[in-house]
Amino acid sequence: MITVVLPAHLRTLAHVTGDVKLEVQGPVTQRSVLDALEARYPMLRGTIRDHVTQERRPFLRFFACEGDLSHESPDAPLPAAVASGAEPLFIIGAIAGG
Amino acid sequence: MSKVRVLVGTRKGAFILTSDGNRKKWEVSGPHFGGWELYHIKGSPADPNRLYASQCSGWFGQVIQRSSDGGKTWEAPGGEVMPSPGSPPAGASNKFVYDASPETGKPLTTHQWYDGTQHPWEFKRVWHLEPSLTDPDTVYAGVEDAALFRSTNGGKTWQEIAGLRGHGTGPHWQPGAGGMCLHTILLDPSNPKRMFIAISSAGAFRTDDAGKTWKPINRGLKSQYIPDPDAEVGHCVHRIAMHRSRPGVLFMQKHWDVMRSDNAGDSWQEVSGNLPTDFGFVIDVHAHEPETIYVVPIKNDSEHFPPEGKLRVYRSRTGGNEWEALTKGLPQSDCYVNVLRDAMAVDSLDKCGIYFGTTGGQVYASADAGDSWAPIVRDLPAVLSVEVQTLP
Repeated sequence: MITVVLPAHLRTLAHVTGDVKLEVQGPVTQRSVLDALEARYPMLRGTIRDHVTQERRPFLRFFACEGDLSHESPDAPLPAAVASGAEPLFIIGAIAGG
Repeated sequence: MSKVRVLVGTRKGAFILTSDGNRKKWEVSGPHFGGWELYHIKGSPADPNRLYASQCSGWFGQVIQRSSDGGKTWEAPGGEVMPSPGSPPAGASNKFVYDASPETGKPLTTHQWYDGTQHPWEFKRVWHLEPSLTDPDTVYAGVEDAALFRSTNGGKTWQEIAGLRGHGTGPHWQPGAGGMCLHTILLDPSNPKRMFIAISSAGAFRTDDAGKTWKPINRGLKSQYIPDPDAEVGHCVHRIAMHRSRPGVLFMQKHWDVMRSDNAGDSWQEVSGNLPTDFGFVIDVHAHEPETIYVVPIKNDSEHFPPEGKLRVYRSRTGGNEWEALTKGLPQSDCYVNVLRDAMAVDSLDKCGIYFGTTGGQVYASADAGDSWAPIVRDLPAVLSVEVQTLP
């Protein structure tokens, strides 16, 4: 099981109170995790990545294992600790807006 | 006794105010969707408990919310939590994709940009939601960059009414300082095929065939910043209002000038008359007197606050030109708030109630058609929109 930590506003939108646990088939990448997340919580579609381009929204970042993965390819494998469920994938709202 | 429900959208959430028909004591519920910008909330005339809300954020983009119980509970239509992957397909209530298919019109990909070049259309947010007059599941959305969308399944999915952007002038539309937004949607109660919309800063447009074809209706508008005095588009219309008993008569607050049309927008005449300034954003019509209209004059296009620090609503009982200041109960010194284009509404009680919200977070109401005013809530986040429902 993959663990995803959502920002507070997206937890509210998805009606979840804690971390999200997901089954991911095949290679564990940003894309496959987000696909699984959006399949389970369709109201999150478009809020993390653009509906059409599937690009990460500008003010969101992806972190795991104390590293910033935001600029990694969406098809690059996530760290083994994320794939094993030992570490979560964090989706974080950037500090913006003053 | 009748009840009144006031739907307030703010920079940091939605608030719902309710009162009985006396309109003296108000209950405030909210914030709903705290932390999000609520550009607009509006109820269905066909089912007053069906509400639609435009919720957006610089981080997370656009979300559409729907309530079927008058705002007590909300859902993202089609966005139910799925029991497992592969469950029946969900909706995509926040998916607004411009139609560029050859079948439904000319593929439209660009509009005029600030530097004179062409720029791609890019969806940013929903400014205005206009539920159908007859079907609770049908709702129109005016969006930035300017386009009109429609949902016929309660907001689960949206399709662009592409004839608007495709009618010919689209490549000449250009954003104003507030963005290129479609902010006004008026449905003609006497003719289901007729609709009016307005775009900043392109102008006003009308369809007479349920959205298939559109034409600009800007003849008579004068805008100092446009060299061509007869320009078909490019006018910064801020708001249009109509009385449902006379849908061919339109009132407009333009960037500068208050205007009136007696022929469904085919031509306009200025009715600013004795207003202290004819810049402003809101305009609305009394529920029972089609010639009684309201505006809130704003000093000018860079100083977005009332002249002399006095918050005054102006009322004309003659359909324009002759205006009286309404000040009782409104701050008459040191007031520097703005009243944004979607932030005025009326109820249909007798006497007609008038409501408006400010960027300072107050919502003022008058239960006597504007003669006197009182704040019904204060210290909210900046108010973006105000809508009113009169309930049995």
